[in-house]
Amino acid sequence: MNPVRLVGRATLAVARRVGQVTLFAGRGLAAPGFRPHLLAEQLIRIGWLSLPVVGLTALFTGAALALQINAGGERFQAGDVVPAIVAIGMVRELGPVLGGLMVAARVASSIAAELGSMRVTEQIDALVTLSVDPVGWLVTPRLWAAVLSVPILVGVGDIIGIMGGWLVGITSLGFTSQGYLANSWAYLESWDVISGLLKGAVFGGIVALAGSWFGMRAARGAEGVGRATTNAVVAASVGILSANFLMTGLFFT
Amino acid sequence: MTPSPVIETRGLAKAFGPNRVLDGVDLDLARGESLVVIGGSGSGKSVLLRTVLGLEEADAGTIRLNGALATAPVRARFMQDFGMLFQTAALFDSLPVWRNVAFRLLRAMPAPAARARAIEKLARVGLGPEVADRMPSDLSGGMRKRVGLARAIAADPGVLFFDEPTTGLDPQRAAGINALIRGIVTETGATAVTITHDMDSVRAIADRVAMLDAGRLRWQGPVADMDSAGDPVLRAFVEGRPAE
Repeated sequence: MNPVRLVGRATLAVARRVGQVTLFAGRGLAAPGFRPHLLAEQLIRIGWLSLPVVGLTALFTGAALALQINAGGERFQAGDVVPAIVAIGMVRELGPVLGGLMVAARVASSIAAELGSMRVTEQIDALVTLSVDPVGWLVTPRLWAAVLSVPILVGVGDIIGIMGGWLVGITSLGFTSQGYLANSWAYLESWDVISGLLKGAVFGGIVALAGSWFGMRAARGAEGVGRATTNAVVAASVGILSANFLMTGLFFT
Repeated sequence: MTPSPVIETRGLAKAFGPNRVLDGVDLDLARGESLVVIGGSGSGKSVLLRTVLGLEEADAGTIRLNGALATAPVRARFMQDFGMLFQTAALFDSLPVWRNVAFRLLRAMPAPAARARAIEKLARVGLGPEVADRMPSDLSGGMRKRVGLARAIAADPGVLFFDEPTTGLDPQRAAGINALIRGIVTETGATAVTITHDMDSVRAIADRVAMLDAGRLRWQGPVADMDSAGDPVLRAFVEGRPAE
């Protein structure tokens, strides 16, 4: 085949897919008929139940970060910067990205598997025959719950991560408790925190969108559900990392 | 004036890649009749039903619902007076039985009234009130079909679709489901379409039979004429032997 035609066809396919996903996201966010009980259920499943995994990730990341920065800083006699760099690194970058990735692993897979199973067992078709819009019923509450709850998870993860660094700082690096905390807050700016929370909201949307998109399109039985789950996690993870790069460039350059 | 058919398809076509599943199907469904669509696996029965419901988009042809072209608002109005039993029952796993049955009712009445109506419909399909709070995963295949049937008739719709209602059931349970469907259709006067390849279902449920073969309407007529029809493919199907 003519290479130009091949490139053109691939470009059109990508553009079509981007358009489809954008329309799907728009429908998901703006579907009529707000149902508070479905949103509350998803806030618990996506937000509250992700707290342990996000908290543990943040704790160990903050602790490891403190050790690494101390080891690196010692080379330049700059061990004192550990608290500030742990705090800034957590709230700007590691809190949102690692929190988002952990939520992607837990939630994108679960949404894709749940909606995929519903698709292959005709439950989504049953919703249509019962005069219910499946996107409004299934996707909208998940999307909004993720957009609202992931920033909160990121905020809690930031605090736990800083506390992980603090724990290492006072037990292994010779910091006093008060000194470490004072040093952490001294260099932290409100935009550092806000930018991290904004990233969390976008990452939450990416996670729920990926899970819903692939779940709603699952086909061919258990194999199709498995494929949808894998694709959702991969797409959500890549989406988070690329969105993080774009947002970091937008916020800090 | 003759009333419009409940469903009317003209030249309906649908292909998946190179595979033409529906190839110019013209079919009418009159109000109050029970039509059974038969045909072998892959003959296009389920795709016909899904296309009429808008779950698949037709490649060509027209669909009219109650005389109007099946646009989104027309279809939405049609669905308000519609119930369907799926092949797998398609019960919502996360909801107890009574909420499955009362799913549509819960949007129109308070929960206690909807629950009472759900229990009444469960009784209609031979299930006791003790089933109401069980989860679908706790039910046998036959019970799931009955719950699916109760959900289909919960709001007393004027049009009912049954997709392979007896698939996966033993002969006794299948006969029970057939009798229930016939009873409900006769009792409510609903218009019904059943998709099946079970000839016992055909004889129990149908007023009229339509046979699909390779995506085309091969034969249609009253169920009483089915056995005397000269069509060799229909005869082979009815007698359960390979077509010559």
